[in-house]
Amino acid sequence: MAVGDRGGDRAGAGQKARLADREGFLAWAFLLPSIVYLTVLVVAPFGLTVAFAFSRSTSEAPSYRFAGLRNFRAIFGDHAFWRSLIDTLALTAVSTVLVVAFGTILANVLLADFRFRRTVRTAVLLPWTTPVALSAISWRWLLGSAGSPVDRILREASLLHGGESPLARAPSAMVSVVAVHVWRLTPLAAVIVMAGLAAIPRGVWDAAHLDGAGFWRRFFGVTLPLTLPVTAVAAVFTAAFTVGDMAVVRVLTGGGPGDSTQVLPALAYLHGVDRGDAGSGAAIALFLFPLFLAGVMVVLRVMRRMGHRP
Amino acid sequence: MRRRDESATKAVEAKALVKVYQGPRDKRVRALDGVDLSSNHSEYLVLLGPSGCGKTTLLRTIAGLERPTEGEVHIGGQLVNGLPPRIRRVAMVLQSYALYPHKTVHDNIEFPLKAEHVPRHLRERKVRWAADLLGIPDLLSRRPRQLSGGERQRVALARALVREPAVFLLDEPLSGLDAKLRATTRDELKRFQRQIGTATIYVTHDQEEAMGLADRVAVLEAGRLRQVGTPRDIYDEPADTFVATFVGAPPMNLVQRGDRLVGFRPEHLLPAENVAYDSRVTMPLRIERMEYLSGDRHVYGTVTRIGLETRVIARLPATVITPLAVGETHEFAVPTDRLRFFDAEYGTRAAPVRIGG
Repeated sequence: MAVGDRGGDRAGAGQKARLADREGFLAWAFLLPSIVYLTVLVVAPFGLTVAFAFSRSTSEAPSYRFAGLRNFRAIFGDHAFWRSLIDTLALTAVSTVLVVAFGTILANVLLADFRFRRTVRTAVLLPWTTPVALSAISWRWLLGSAGSPVDRILREASLLHGGESPLARAPSAMVSVVAVHVWRLTPLAAVIVMAGLAAIPRGVWDAAHLDGAGFWRRFFGVTLPLTLPVTAVAAVFTAAFTVGDMAVVRVLTGGGPGDSTQVLPALAYLHGVDRGDAGSGAAIALFLFPLFLAGVMVVLRVMRRMGHRP
Repeated sequence: MRRRDESATKAVEAKALVKVYQGPRDKRVRALDGVDLSSNHSEYLVLLGPSGCGKTTLLRTIAGLERPTEGEVHIGGQLVNGLPPRIRRVAMVLQSYALYPHKTVHDNIEFPLKAEHVPRHLRERKVRWAADLLGIPDLLSRRPRQLSGGERQRVALARALVREPAVFLLDEPLSGLDAKLRATTRDELKRFQRQIGTATIYVTHDQEEAMGLADRVAVLEAGRLRQVGTPRDIYDEPADTFVATFVGAPPMNLVQRGDRLVGFRPEHLLPAENVAYDSRVTMPLRIERMEYLSGDRHVYGTVTRIGLETRVIARLPATVITPLAVGETHEFAVPTDRLRFFDAEYGTRAAPVRIGG
């Protein structure tokens, strides 16, 4: 520091390089926080999960005992696991499609010029900024308690009878879980797609107008193809946030009724934490990893190829 | 009596067009401030003006990309206010060309036809025809990013042309090209328009382009039309001091004399011995600087006697060989019929006054 300060008022070649002039040092200084972050919060837990998946460790007997593939054999034999897997994939697929569709529509709406646009834009982002557990609790009240607005509306429309709630029946409970995911992730997708829309040169839209293209042709022939790369990004994010989320299911339905809304992360939590079987919990949690990795890699590759095209 | 007939067959007619943009914090910008302009069939009309004068806004309003705040746009004798571009039968080439980056050249050209639901075999024929006309049949399978600036411009033209519009609108189509290409393309554009005979409105800030291409030039400034006329009219008979100084390089010299401005072009200000003796106005010119540009001598100096002492420029063609030197004062003259007079206060053309020579 002192060297740098004294060098400061001397001009030219005589000046000594400061710490901030050394690129090697700078590179490490900038990288270090993210390396620490990734190690502590991603790499270490991931390694731990892999280790647990091949162990007999439980909350009563936490010492590490290698168990080979025992945990995997156990969960593969469990009917609830397969059901959760299918539910997770279906939930993710349906949510992603809906989120991307609504997000694209919302993005186009938000880009239009209208009064209070800034306010509306901020308000629209709120579901995404609210902690998942918190919003899930609100939704549980809205959907699950007698006398809530949703409850009343459904009763008024004769869609609900007696003492039941949407969360108490299997199909409507699943619809509710999807709805909450769509509600909370649509703003994120909208913001991502909006960035893509804003990057389209204005002239291209003018040209489409001049070429006589109507609304649908402009949307499907020009806007959509040009935002496809960012739409894919939005889809990957949505899928990642849906597939990995346990809070919504846990809070909203607890996996029920029965196991009808159980998803893999929630099932892993149930096994690993509630039942104290760290081994099978870890095995369940780990199971989705290669699947999802493959999915993301395919999408990224397609995106890269599209990126070369225009 | 033929008047009515004529106005019905105007290609484009703008009547009292006003366009006000709402800026931030209630600031209003009058981009067009009451423009009356009409273009005839198969005419090449060039809108010329400095940047920000409203020429592009006028073009976009005619195309239907902007709605006029007041006034009317007629195309082919029909009121088209509020109608989208596709019904107006106008084609416009945007300054950026705005090709669809995800489509091939072929699909770019085909797009307007698809929008019009032209049957497939006809579409193919028209795309071919347009591509052949512009000499780009080899590029049909390429994408815009694989094209040079000149090629992109041809594709944009082909895309505009393929619908066989009633009016062609070109917004600074040459500004994206380098100087050499600009000259050849200018020539091509003109020939091309002759060939298809479609009324064309062309926007540029480049007076050389305007004067070279136009059947008529419309000079715009601050949202108002200053003058509409043939290039010769614009140059020789400027309607006001704006046109006089905007058109011509170097611009017209203006010397104040009483309540008048006396204007004369640099090429008409010559050493007195080169100007016919009987009808001329002479003035002493103190030479301050000289430039030798492609055979011409540009003489910068100050004139006195005919009005206020004013800095002027004289352009002497190579044929004038009078020896001149910086620092000396030489007698210069302008033929009387080359003098133009303007009102000193408003800048508009005014009646000539006698200047004793």
